[in-house]
Amino acid sequence: MSSIRKKRKAFVEQADCVACGCCVKVCPLGAIRIISGIMAQVDMEKCVGCGKCAKECPASVIAVKEVTA
Amino acid sequence: MKKQWYDYLWILSLTYLILGFFNIMFAWLGLICFFVPLLISLIKGTKGYCNRYCGRGQLFGLLGGTFGLSRKKDIPKWMKSKWFRYGFLIFFFAMFFLMLWNTYLVFAGARDLKEVVTLLWTFKVPWHWAYHGTLIHPGAAQFAFGFYSVMLTSTVLGLITMVLFKPRSWCVYCPMGTMTQIICKIKDKK
Repeated sequence: MSSIRKKRKAFVEQADCVACGCCVKVCPLGAIRIISGIMAQVDMEKCVGCGKCAKECPASVIAVKEVTA
Repeated sequence: MKKQWYDYLWILSLTYLILGFFNIMFAWLGLICFFVPLLISLIKGTKGYCNRYCGRGQLFGLLGGTFGLSRKKDIPKWMKSKWFRYGFLIFFFAMFFLMLWNTYLVFAGARDLKEVVTLLWTFKVPWHWAYHGTLIHPGAAQFAFGFYSVMLTSTVLGLITMVLFKPRSWCVYCPMGTMTQIICKIKDKK
């Protein structure tokens, strides 16, 4: 078995984010926040890539991608 | 997640819309939704209003999310572009000032009060049944009719995009949201 573990994390297309905060409300781990009223930012340590924020985002600017840990 | 008191502000938004059917003068209360977000962004430099207190957003979230009145599809790309968002803000502003101008004309006595609510800046809906005279000046009522038109129009647009796209699609192009985000960006650069 390969020792590389794949993890899923949420990524925000910050240039298109409207900072509405819908993602913050649905995140079960409190891993996403709005910085300075400009855009959402994901705490990579806390994010488990569940995808709730991506589903909720009215602008659909959040995507869950696989990352190599 | 525990519900907070501010998670129920959608009740106020709904009440506001209903009150406008009974007495148009209640429309003045809508100014709260204009000044509070601006003050929060100007003083604190956050979009705290959108993030926590916006009752309209909550109402769309409830109807589209909990009640399932939304297709939950992605919003078209052009609708989230800066061109559209800033353009809509400018258009909204222009219509707002036109409304203020009409209010001024009534205050100045150059025009009579029109007891109508203008939907989508075009359709004039008779609304005389919600007007019972005013103690101040017909101009104050004209502003109420104009402001309620703004609020009802944006609610209708929000409901349409809620059904077509995601529940809170309105938040993407909401002029107040765009404006407060611009204020936050300017404040952050300083």
